[in-house]
Amino acid sequence: MSTVFIAFQANEESRPIVEAVLADNPHAVLHESPAMVKIDAEGKLVIKRESIEERLGRDFDLQELQINLITISGHLDEDDDEFTLAWKN
Amino acid sequence: MQIDLRTVSIKPVRQTFDHIARRFGDKPASRYQEGTYDLQQTDIFHYRPLWEPEHRLFDQQRTQVVMKDWYALKDPRQYYYGSYTIARARQQDAAEANFDMVEERGLADTIPATFRQIALALLVPLRHVEWGGNMNNSFISAYGYGTAITQPCLYHAMDHLGIAQYLTRLGLVLEGPAALDTAKDAWMGDPRWQEMRRLVEDVLVTQDWFELFVAQNLVLEGLSYPLFFDHLDNEFSTNGATAISMMTRFMAEWYAESSKWVDAQIKVAAAESAENRGLISSWVQHYRERVGKALAPLAEVAFGERATAVLGDVTADFNSRCAKLGLAI
Amino acid sequence: MDMQATKKKVGLKEKYAHMTRGLGWETTYQPMNKVFPYAEFEGIKIHDWDKWEDPFRLTMDAYWKYQAEKERKLYAVLDAFAQNNGHLGVTDARYINALKLFLTGISPLEYVAHRGFAAAGRNFPGVGPRVACLMQSLDEVRHAQTQIHALSNYNKHYNGFHDFKHMIERVWYLSVPKSFFDDAFSAGPFEWMIAIGFSFEYVLTNLLFVPFMSGAAYNGDMGTVTVGFSAQSDEARHMTLGLECIKFMLEQDPDNLPIVQKWIDKWAWRGTRVLTLVGMMMDYMLPKRVMSWKEAWEIYFEQNGGALFNDLARYGIKVPECLSQTAIDKEHISHQAWATFYQYGGASDFHTWMPTDEEMDWLSAKYPNTFDKYYRARFTHWRDEAEKGKRFYNGTLPMLCQVCQIPMLFTEPSDPTQICYRESEYQGEKYHTCSDGCKHIFDDEPEKYIQAWLPVHQIYQGNCFNEGVDPTAPGFDPLAEVLKWYHVEHGRDNLDFEGSEDQKNFAAWRGLATKNV
Repeated sequence: MSTVFIAFQANEESRPIVEAVLADNPHAVLHESPAMVKIDAEGKLVIKRESIEERLGRDFDLQELQINLITISGHLDEDDDEFTLAWKN
Repeated sequence: MQIDLRTVSIKPVRQTFDHIARRFGDKPASRYQEGTYDLQQTDIFHYRPLWEPEHRLFDQQRTQVVMKDWYALKDPRQYYYGSYTIARARQQDAAEANFDMVEERGLADTIPATFRQIALALLVPLRHVEWGGNMNNSFISAYGYGTAITQPCLYHAMDHLGIAQYLTRLGLVLEGPAALDTAKDAWMGDPRWQEMRRLVEDVLVTQDWFELFVAQNLVLEGLSYPLFFDHLDNEFSTNGATAISMMTRFMAEWYAESSKWVDAQIKVAAAESAENRGLISSWVQHYRERVGKALAPLAEVAFGERATAVLGDVTADFNSRCAKLGLAI
Repeated sequence: MDMQATKKKVGLKEKYAHMTRGLGWETTYQPMNKVFPYAEFEGIKIHDWDKWEDPFRLTMDAYWKYQAEKERKLYAVLDAFAQNNGHLGVTDARYINALKLFLTGISPLEYVAHRGFAAAGRNFPGVGPRVACLMQSLDEVRHAQTQIHALSNYNKHYNGFHDFKHMIERVWYLSVPKSFFDDAFSAGPFEWMIAIGFSFEYVLTNLLFVPFMSGAAYNGDMGTVTVGFSAQSDEARHMTLGLECIKFMLEQDPDNLPIVQKWIDKWAWRGTRVLTLVGMMMDYMLPKRVMSWKEAWEIYFEQNGGALFNDLARYGIKVPECLSQTAIDKEHISHQAWATFYQYGGASDFHTWMPTDEEMDWLSAKYPNTFDKYYRARFTHWRDEAEKGKRFYNGTLPMLCQVCQIPMLFTEPSDPTQICYRESEYQGEKYHTCSDGCKHIFDDEPEKYIQAWLPVHQIYQGNCFNEGVDPTAPGFDPLAEVLKWYHVEHGRDNLDFEGSEDQKNFAAWRGLATKNV
């Protein structure tokens, strides 16, 4: 199994997103470095619109992730509800 | 003791980069200037392109137009990426609000059937013409010479994609996905669209990028935008089809803005030499005739028996615009 | 909020298909192969462009909206940074030299990427990849401009940044990154996608941006960090485009496999060679270090790239052969490169220096197998000599590799004390390369690489002097004349950091800022 990851700029807007990702993906590991937070996960990582909306208290479009995104690894699949990174092997 | 860095007065060693200073002197430069002038490499290239070994990677010989300094073609809007996206984001905000309004209030249902049909028959197939506009401008952005013109051509290409997508949404609002299929069939087979499609495809294989600029950005846009987004738009709004005007406001505003940029390019290039002026004028004449022929059957759908008169007005305005730009047409 | 019963919305995927795929058509008045003339000559076979999957489904309205938001934030930071003299907040003025390398060596490439992706965005017959390429072209002009705008403020206060456009086309080591992009752009659209879309963006760009920008953060340069991370957010889209493109080619026809494999091998090697400059920057030019080049390589190339190649194995793709050598090289190249730049510090547009004892201890700890054994003694010697007023400058010109154009500074994989040379013959002439990887690339396309504009050869041929300069005149100083032609200001842009104008100005300005005088 290979690791996928996603990294965000460390700021106020990313905080609820990171919280949501960690809550939805118990196997994920958080690494904090200056100005950046990186989340590693074995095999697969799923980001759910609903979980982010719960924490934000407003509608959230998954494409808003782009604003504070730094980088990703893994195959991406995105629809209205989920943003998924995975390796298929 | 802590002192705020802001209060320190430091005399800069220089005001801007040397290539900017060589053009404008060593004084503070704008973001447009620093982000545009001389960015394209000009002198030394390592390998001849496999796809066109007779030219260098960036080469002045890809058009017959000759300029002493291609950076004379500046953008009056002074768009660099940041100012461009911020300007368009503001416009898309307004467009979004208009689409929302039309959709939420069901305004599409209030459009009289005749005008609804006209919009479906004309504006939806136009998205393919817009896609041609995207391709032509991306060609110029790739193979043109000098960032001053290649940069805004990419913005122009993306604007055409955006407009093609707004026209797609308009079709979806009026009739759902079926509108797009009908429009595609018309584009491919309806005799009224064939002159236009033939023209668009002929322009797609044109190799001289400045000719492409003239054909697409000056002539095709210069005749079709006033026809569809001014004259026809008036018909919509005076006949109870304001909902359509709301969904095409972006295009009307965009044309008013971008045509000023197009004018500035043509004016400067034509003023450079009698040869340029002759060349550009002959291109305008050639494409004016072809675009006129392509628009005639479409104008008839829009204006019926007034078609010739409307197209005549549009052409007369276009001719006086070209005369102001110094062209002999 | 939504009081009305929510209307059935068209989903993202479906909407995107209407907004892009639907726009194209099969031309009939002009043949498709004339409308898309470059789609076939590389031998890649595509049967059905509709099988292309769009990973990020951005329509233009969303693109404008989100990108404008990023730009507003970014320029707010840059304005604040300039107003507050943020440059005085960096750890140490040596750091600024890394930024010079960035502006002269990387930003101009972002610009070429913009033009190259505009070409790819015109040339593919499929609508999906064309739109993705065009958005990338637009992003790349963003990167070039935001980098220039961010570093514009440094240019006002420090030397070496001032003529980056002129320098990228001329200065000896800048031909390394420049020829990389020239090579890719002069190839066909599919090879371009493997070279830049896949190799550079997917495999290597994390190594450029993430450790480098974390480095900027460690060194107090929040302006550059913001630019870097904001740019990297576009890279996420670019990386998925590169990956999608490679999968697409492999899925379309089994005959594509050997061509794609050849390109992966070539561009993985070309890319790792260019990254030598980044390695040196990380290990030597950041006063406060984030991680060593070797560690970054292990995380972002070996682990992440490994996961990628495991994944591509199902298509028959093999890990590029060169990777066995990079596993050895990662322990050496940053030291070898810095040693070279130190010696040729008279001929570059940034300052060099020898590490302090404390920094050498860090290097020993990070490179336990190599630093003390092969490099420490030489560096200590050079430092001692400099302290005695005998700073070493090499006055000769190094031989360059015909492919990567890096001076012959790399050692044999089997012997780190022996410089590695390889030789090929083509049309009766001998050509030299720095490694098996570069020789392999040369031998596959000699007609291309013999065209290379090698800066050292060009100097010897007399092509690097200003007009009117007479090389036969008495007292002719070739190096001084070459520097003039480069627009490198001798004594200001080049030489050792110790005693430089940058060093003095930074100290004086920082003194003004932190002391009550």
